[in-house]
Amino acid sequence: MVKKFGDFKAVDNISFAVPEGEIFAFLGPNGAGKTTTIRMLTTLLHPTSGAIKINGFETVKNSDAVRRSFGIVFQDPSLDDELTAWENLELHGVLYGVEKKLRHERMEELLKLVELWDRKNELVKNFSGGMKRRLEIARGLIHHPKIFFLDEPTIGLDPQTRNHMWNYVKELNQKEHITVFFTTHYMEEVEKVAQKIAIIDYGKIVAQGTLEELRAKYNKSSLEEIFLDLTGHDIRAAGANAADHMRANRRHWRH
Amino acid sequence: MKTIYILWLRQLKRHVRSRSRMIGSLGQPLLFLIALGFGFGPIYQKAGGGSYIEFLAPGIMAMSILFTALFSGIEIIWDRQFGFLKETMVAPVSRFKIMFGRTLGGATVAIMQGVIVFILSLIIGFHVQSFNLILPALIFMFLIALMFAGLGTAIASVLEDMQGFQLIMNFLVMPIFFLSGALFPLNNLPPAINFITRIDPLTYGVDALRGSLLLNASHFGLLTDSLVLVIIVIVFLAVGSYLFSRMEA
Repeated sequence: MVKKFGDFKAVDNISFAVPEGEIFAFLGPNGAGKTTTIRMLTTLLHPTSGAIKINGFETVKNSDAVRRSFGIVFQDPSLDDELTAWENLELHGVLYGVEKKLRHERMEELLKLVELWDRKNELVKNFSGGMKRRLEIARGLIHHPKIFFLDEPTIGLDPQTRNHMWNYVKELNQKEHITVFFTTHYMEEVEKVAQKIAIIDYGKIVAQGTLEELRAKYNKSSLEEIFLDLTGHDIRAAGANAADHMRANRRHWRH
Repeated sequence: MKTIYILWLRQLKRHVRSRSRMIGSLGQPLLFLIALGFGFGPIYQKAGGGSYIEFLAPGIMAMSILFTALFSGIEIIWDRQFGFLKETMVAPVSRFKIMFGRTLGGATVAIMQGVIVFILSLIIGFHVQSFNLILPALIFMFLIALMFAGLGTAIASVLEDMQGFQLIMNFLVMPIFFLSGALFPLNNLPPAINFITRIDPLTYGVDALRGSLLLNASHFGLLTDSLVLVIIVIVFLAVGSYLFSRMEA
């Protein structure tokens, strides 16, 4: 697929497949095209050319079937702060058309899983960053998706929460056979959980394979070194994009 | 249907929970009612207009509906900045339903504010001539609310962030209110002002409220008012949902 913004190719003719039931890590420096790719995979953007199939459905032609197939934890918080944890989940369940009885069963189960059951009636604005993340994970699973997208899910979390979070995700993957697609900047997370890795830079996929394959091919043991070899050591002067502006503004409005 | 309901409920809960905003938004109408109502009352009476409070109260009700409804539409910008909008945008439901649920919620909240201002104005000295007229008044309130909730949605779908908010406030919302005949009678106006009041959608809302709460006080007649209001409601909702459906989260 290709995605152009004007003359700029954010995603330049990439192609990959994620087999069912796998944990797939999608890596790249800032501005490499990760988020644009996720936005295309999750139907928020249409590719300029090419096609994407999620769970057998085309993202452009059959977007509702695709939307029902995945759950997502966005890079930035996306909860309603003025609602309680329970209400946030309820809203999600209704939007995804999960029947009331089943919905409430799953909500209870998931809130217990992410250890927020005791605080289900608290407003989300009183939650810490880690609690919000956990709630978002629970929310993304209410409709029992086949694929779970996690866009830099551990950013700003303490090691304890990160560790916990990846344990949930691995458990889900093993027990429920959910396919996981995630991005991150923390290479040790990738080494720990990912079964397959793709590295994207300047809109192109520069490496793809299992950790062992990448190690063998580049003759390095740490993923971080492989990553830096492939994408260079320079800090990217990625121009602030619309999302960055929005993030900056959000901070501005919070204070 | 459930989608619309749950999004409607969300708007309501958000409104009721932010008490400071709810009470804060009553300050302005109360100030207008007291300062203008009692301040201009004697002159208005002398000029043969009768009780100014009676004349003013429907205008102030319309004002509070205008503000509340428009802001509820504009809240989409907040949702975008706080990220919640994305959650609704990737859900397997049509954008139209999302927009419609929110708009209905915003309109309901606006009517609540309108009713509170109505009660406040009763305390200050407004008289209702017949309580049979309250139902039509509520329907007109609903039309005013829908109209501006739709307009707010349209604006929010186009605005990138809150930077343009002040512009909207001073060059759209305030003129809509001040030039609507909420504060002054529509008779014998200078031609320019006369023209502007006729193209201001709120004019017909205020006139309809006045016509239903005070017998025979309508300038255009309730039928004309209703017709104009319904048409504008449809146009604003259509434009709002079109722009909302094209918006990128």
